[in-house]
Amino acid sequence: VTRRRLAALAGLVVVGGVALLLPVIAPDPATTNMAVFTVMYVGLATAWNIMGGYTGYISLGHAAFFGFGAYSLGLLIVHLDVAAGYGPFLLVPVAGLLTGLLAVGIGWIALRTRAATFVIVTIAFMFMLQLLAENLVTVTGGGGGFSFPYPHDWGGDFFNTPFYYAMLALAAVALAASWWIRRSKFGLGLLAIRDDEDKALAVGVPTRAFKLTAFVISACLVGMIGGVYGYYVTYIYPQFVVDPLIGISMVLMAFLGGLGTLSGPVIGALLLEPAQLEFAYHLGASRLYLVFYAGVFLIVILLLPRGIVPSVAQLARRRRLGSP
Amino acid sequence: MTLVLEAAVLGVLTGGVYALMASGLTLIFGVMRIINVGHGALVILGAYLSFALFRSLHVDPFLTLIVTMPVMFALGVLLQVVFIRPLETDREALSVLVTYATALGIEGALGYLFTTNYVQLRAWYETASFAVLGFHVTYVYVFGFLLCLAILGALFLVLYRTAFGAAVRATMLNRTAAQLVGVDVDRVAAFAFGIGVATAAAGGVVFGITNAFNPGSHYDLISRLLTIIVLGGLGSLRGAIVAALIMLVTEDVTAVLVSPVWASFAFFVILVAVLIVRPQGLYGVRVRDRL
Repeated sequence: VTRRRLAALAGLVVVGGVALLLPVIAPDPATTNMAVFTVMYVGLATAWNIMGGYTGYISLGHAAFFGFGAYSLGLLIVHLDVAAGYGPFLLVPVAGLLTGLLAVGIGWIALRTRAATFVIVTIAFMFMLQLLAENLVTVTGGGGGFSFPYPHDWGGDFFNTPFYYAMLALAAVALAASWWIRRSKFGLGLLAIRDDEDKALAVGVPTRAFKLTAFVISACLVGMIGGVYGYYVTYIYPQFVVDPLIGISMVLMAFLGGLGTLSGPVIGALLLEPAQLEFAYHLGASRLYLVFYAGVFLIVILLLPRGIVPSVAQLARRRRLGSP
Repeated sequence: MTLVLEAAVLGVLTGGVYALMASGLTLIFGVMRIINVGHGALVILGAYLSFALFRSLHVDPFLTLIVTMPVMFALGVLLQVVFIRPLETDREALSVLVTYATALGIEGALGYLFTTNYVQLRAWYETASFAVLGFHVTYVYVFGFLLCLAILGALFLVLYRTAFGAAVRATMLNRTAAQLVGVDVDRVAAFAFGIGVATAAAGGVVFGITNAFNPGSHYDLISRLLTIIVLGGLGSLRGAIVAALIMLVTEDVTAVLVSPVWASFAFFVILVAVLIVRPQGLYGVRVRDRL
């Protein structure tokens, strides 16, 4: 066991080192741009997994929190008159907090339902938020969009770097939260809810409070990542930032890697996001990339319904035990 | 006041179309316990099929249903057999993802074939209207409503007057028990999916005449349809029809009384209100592990 732990630690150091040094190793903007989005999805899939993977409550509406975080940060920056540069990053936790508050309200209503109904209600809330962003023209700019201040000082190759590290930090926070929850009594309660909610309640798990807490943590992380995303792309509008495709992408990545595992969402995001960006880059104009994406999606679910990490772990266990 | 009444009448007429589309969705849920997130995309696909036939043959859009409904039925059976049936574990969650993927695939394929420009089905009755008791009613809404009534009527006849319908209802009530008394649930599921998709095609024609649409229109549509079936109670046909009428009347009346931009929002407000009071929906049954 100690040897395996040592190997895991060594792996973590190598991966963490590469992640930290990436803008130095590969400073060209095309690569760092891809890295920003990939690390963003590592964070998103990990954050989604805290709710979807651990409790089994599939939310397809997390794009609502993503978009809300982006608008919150943008409005905070504009109304507090924060200059472009590093200052806006300091407001990211505030945007996350606001998203968390929203999630308390949405979760309180949505978590009155279970399974299929919960899935639908999360979708409905996402479209409700999209509509609000569009209709509250005086606040959000409506369909005309909303512009973040542009950091002119960060030119050339350097532009992506601050955003990369911001995304990396948030992904690390999400991973730390996921890791801690997985080992805590709280996490055990969440897994019990996933396996059998009524029995969990019967043995004394405060299911409602636990579900809501997981939902809010997950939404809060997604909101912070959405905030950084909004600042990075500098111009957002409702359909673009409350995008159902963003919501479903993080779900697919968690499923591909392995639902309810710590490393699964990371692996899923590292595999899928670069592929998705490649598709979109080469086939964007024809919208055929959606067909490719759907294809990947169907293959993953039909061939690997349990995800990569659990399947590999099972294989390894079988080999170790020597049984066929 | 006249405006409000006129809006209410329009709401009932468009509500019929949504009732038809939502009934297919709730039927699929009832039989298979899966949410077909691709239903909106299938409606749009049906509209595009009619559009393609209409453009090349110049026939009346409603007539194209003779071709599109059987084609869409076959597509539905195919989708069920290839993508839904193989799901063994965690069906509810995985089916959402699979049907989402089909929606994306359809959106992408339609975007490639027809571009993302908005199109609309055209017919003489699209703008022509007649007056009843001082209201102006556009013909297309009446024709669409009648078509939906006819198809819904046929659906009820099949479900309540045929052996196949009995098998479908048995499967909805208890899958295992239905299997035990000799119902071929796989066949029932495939046919039910086919029927659901065929009704999507019919809904698509009416939607395509009354709205301009593009391949991305399915998002807006599916959010409304899902809201309707949750409001009605998942798996309840009657619930879906009642909910569709409530939703569309509310929407059209809000458009007149408040503002058109807040009309769709009224939709969601009702959903939230219902969820707080009755999480199982209007006609839903609260079975713990199902909800």
